[in-house]
Amino acid sequence: MSFFPYLVAAWLFIIGLYGIVTSRNFVHLVICLAVLQSSTYVLLLSIGYRVGGVAPVFVGVKVGTPAVDPVVQALMLTDIVVEATVVALLLALALQLQKHANTLDPDKLKALEG
Amino acid sequence: MKRRARLGFFLLSAAAFAGVYLWGLKGLPPVGHYRGPYGDVLNRVATYERHVTDVVTAVNFDYRGFDTLGEEFILFMSVIGGTVLLRRQREEEKSERRDESLADQSPERQAPEPSDATRVLTLALVGPLVVFGLYIVAHGQLTPGGGFQGGVVLATAPLLVYLAGNLKKFKQITSHTLMEVAEAVGAAGYLAIGFAGLIVGGSYLRNVAALGTTGMINSGGTIAFINLATGLEVAAGFVLLLYAFLEQTLEIRLRGGK
Amino acid sequence: MSTLAPLPVVIPLSVAALLAALNKFLHRRISEALSILATIATGVVCGELLLQSQIQPVIHWFGGWTPRAGVALGISFVIDPIGAGAAVFTSLLVLAALVFSLHYFDTVGTLFHVLMLGFLGAMCGFTLTGDVFNLFVFFELMSASAFALCGYKVEEPESMQGALNFAITNTVGALLVLSGIGLLYGRTGALNMAQIGRTLGGRLDGLVITAFVFIMAGFFIKAAVFPFHFWLADAHAVAPTPVCVLFSGIMVELGIYAVLRVYWTIFDGPFAAHRWDLRALLLTVGTITAVIGAVMCFGQRHIKRLLAFSTVSHVGLLTIGFGVLKAGALAGVALYVVGHGLVKAALFLVAGLLLHRFSSVDELELHGRARNLRATGIVFFAAALGLASMPGFATFRGESGIIDAAGSIGQGWVRAIFFFSGVLTAGAVLRVWGRVFRGMGKGEEAETAGAKKIKEGRETTQPSYGIPAVMFAPAAALVLLAIAIGLAPGIKNAARTAASVMQGRAGYQARVLEHAWVPVVPAQEENTPMGKGLAWSFATTAAGLFLAFLSLSSYWPRKHMLTRPVAVAVRGLRSIHSGHVGDYVAFLTFGVAAFGVVLAALVHLH
Repeated sequence: MSFFPYLVAAWLFIIGLYGIVTSRNFVHLVICLAVLQSSTYVLLLSIGYRVGGVAPVFVGVKVGTPAVDPVVQALMLTDIVVEATVVALLLALALQLQKHANTLDPDKLKALEG
Repeated sequence: MKRRARLGFFLLSAAAFAGVYLWGLKGLPPVGHYRGPYGDVLNRVATYERHVTDVVTAVNFDYRGFDTLGEEFILFMSVIGGTVLLRRQREEEKSERRDESLADQSPERQAPEPSDATRVLTLALVGPLVVFGLYIVAHGQLTPGGGFQGGVVLATAPLLVYLAGNLKKFKQITSHTLMEVAEAVGAAGYLAIGFAGLIVGGSYLRNVAALGTTGMINSGGTIAFINLATGLEVAAGFVLLLYAFLEQTLEIRLRGGK
Repeated sequence: MSTLAPLPVVIPLSVAALLAALNKFLHRRISEALSILATIATGVVCGELLLQSQIQPVIHWFGGWTPRAGVALGISFVIDPIGAGAAVFTSLLVLAALVFSLHYFDTVGTLFHVLMLGFLGAMCGFTLTGDVFNLFVFFELMSASAFALCGYKVEEPESMQGALNFAITNTVGALLVLSGIGLLYGRTGALNMAQIGRTLGGRLDGLVITAFVFIMAGFFIKAAVFPFHFWLADAHAVAPTPVCVLFSGIMVELGIYAVLRVYWTIFDGPFAAHRWDLRALLLTVGTITAVIGAVMCFGQRHIKRLLAFSTVSHVGLLTIGFGVLKAGALAGVALYVVGHGLVKAALFLVAGLLLHRFSSVDELELHGRARNLRATGIVFFAAALGLASMPGFATFRGESGIIDAAGSIGQGWVRAIFFFSGVLTAGAVLRVWGRVFRGMGKGEEAETAGAKKIKEGRETTQPSYGIPAVMFAPAAALVLLAIAIGLAPGIKNAARTAASVMQGRAGYQARVLEHAWVPVVPAQEENTPMGKGLAWSFATTAAGLFLAFLSLSSYWPRKHMLTRPVAVAVRGLRSIHSGHVGDYVAFLTFGVAAFGVVLAALVHLH
């Protein structure tokens, strides 16, 4: 158990990369990128976790009770916003690509070769 | 590269990549044994210094508030970017004249008329959602929540209207210009609160408001104000994004689902 | 604590928010004036910070959270001469791009300026911050603005494809950086660079190597170092010209800046005993990048794509400069970034002028059509000489700084790489000059060894028959500035001083964490013999000119006369630049893995 979350983080990173490399559709590809991103959530949260620690919200608990790390949670919140917005931008690009090239398949785009 | 070659090349690289990553992860302390010091120091001092009970919010909006300013502007720039990327082009402007409620129901892609049940339920949810969103925005310093989370909840209210009726009603309750102004005002509000700290206290984003009583809604000093500004920006920003995407969906339907 | 420090971020972002709020109500000229004023104000503040940082690094703790007992509670800006200099340079290039676009995009509206100002604020924050997660945030802010700017011409499928390739690879890069930051945080419990550096000390193990490889690879993606460089040519070929100016002139170089900053504040301690291992990796990677970029550059006919590959080649040279890991080389890198940024920006501006005037940036299509544009031709020619690092340009000073430092550790062979890259990139640009501005060689029927024509959409509404002054003046001014910096006395010493500040890890930590008084010590006046460097540089220029004229003459070998290995190599090189994002990410994975495995093996062996 003490190493398992790290394995999950590594797995998500690699499976995300796999999805991007093999994708045949840009919308699918963008979601693979989101999968890759969730690797960083798992990594950050498991780094800050403490066995038996309470959540860093001190309502009804005395200050000084062992708690998990609030910093990684804050970082992760930032990370989530970043992801949501990047996905929105990428989908906007994909939408315009579909409209003007009439395809979303990276294999069918040949204009920028060489 | 051919698909097969690409896959083979990737799998070999990925195996090595996994090895490198795992080698790095092995150097971390075991899960559940966070060693500090950053988070522990903040857990100890934040409640006393900032009169907040939710330390994560204290980190987000005060200790590392400058990160969140950057984060807010990432959202801001993405909304602007999305608007720019999904703007109507010249030839689309020409085909502008049309009845939009009709356009939404073009024959090739006829969206089913929402059922009465959908209509009643979604409209009944709008009011509670707005209240809930405001509650989340206002209580960030006490419990998990704050401007980002509450803002997103608020932005779903107009979306429910769209689900219940059509784009026309959605547009009636959310004026595009108003949303643009609201988004920018929210973003500027964060900057202005930071600037007040620079003028009064000599450093950007320093707290300048009364800290209040820990555990009460008026606690936390500037954190509450920053949350309000963020909530406004996030709610308006997400509505704008929805707007841009819905417009393009219409455009595509008009062209016969191309 | 300096109260000016937050302003380089706050000013552009405030004006961006203002413009976005008044989007519908402002006249275009007013929003242009406001954004130009904001950029000038940002530049002035950065200039003042540069002056202040000559005494000692300027610190600003956001929220007033100064460190306690060596633990940083908040985020700091730590402004040293190199960071402040980069911010000044950024403002300058943004100003040039904004002035150029005054006559541009009649349809742009205000939102283009909002994005440009966001880009400016992000780059300034990126150069000034002393916190590694804050660095990531500004990296992403930079990206968010850049993605939208890159895909500005939404009608063209190529443009969307280029922007998607750019956005996807760079987002993967950002996530690599974030994972690296996570690893460091798990070990040290800190995000402040000075504190991480101090806590890590000199211990080098798997975690530190992996964190370094992830962070370096993530920033190398932005910097377009082999094998992460593929997106750059696609993005540059499709982005609007003023945006290309910023991409090539400064954004890519900021990738190198970030690696330098992170290395000298955090990783130099652990790698101190293994510098030679790191050098071996970086010099190799830099050499490959420089060679591939130069060869691909020479084989293009789309002028913006050609210039983009030249940027790849020069980034390779900068990577070599970083890889020398010496103060002299770091000073050289700083000067080279400025010199290259100025001439490259000027070249892109001239390409934008050609697009405006003739609706094309295709070298063969433009054959002889710009004969009448005398002054523009002179600017283009001069900038090409700057690209070859001709003495008198700032690039020459940067180049000699890097080569001298490399020579002092017995790596004088890098001179050959500088020569090769200079000859091919300058040769390609001079070939364009000869063909387009002088009408030399052939037009469409010329031999190009398979270079492809890419459609380029108009950026201005109507072609005009003159060259508007606002489009010409920025290009000319940038080239003149490159020469002025190349000739100014004392610049080299200032750069050396700045470099030694950036490298002084102990001083940096004491300044940030204990607020100690750490005055900047001016570098010793040093007289390195110039003769050899001068000779080589003139030789580079001459060889570049010769290559350009040869390729325009009838003596240039035709395709079937190429020897087989050369033809196969060129074809293979072209085919890996496939425009396919799956290929790019596969190469990216390979690159990260290879960096990690090679570095681990080298460290293990010693």
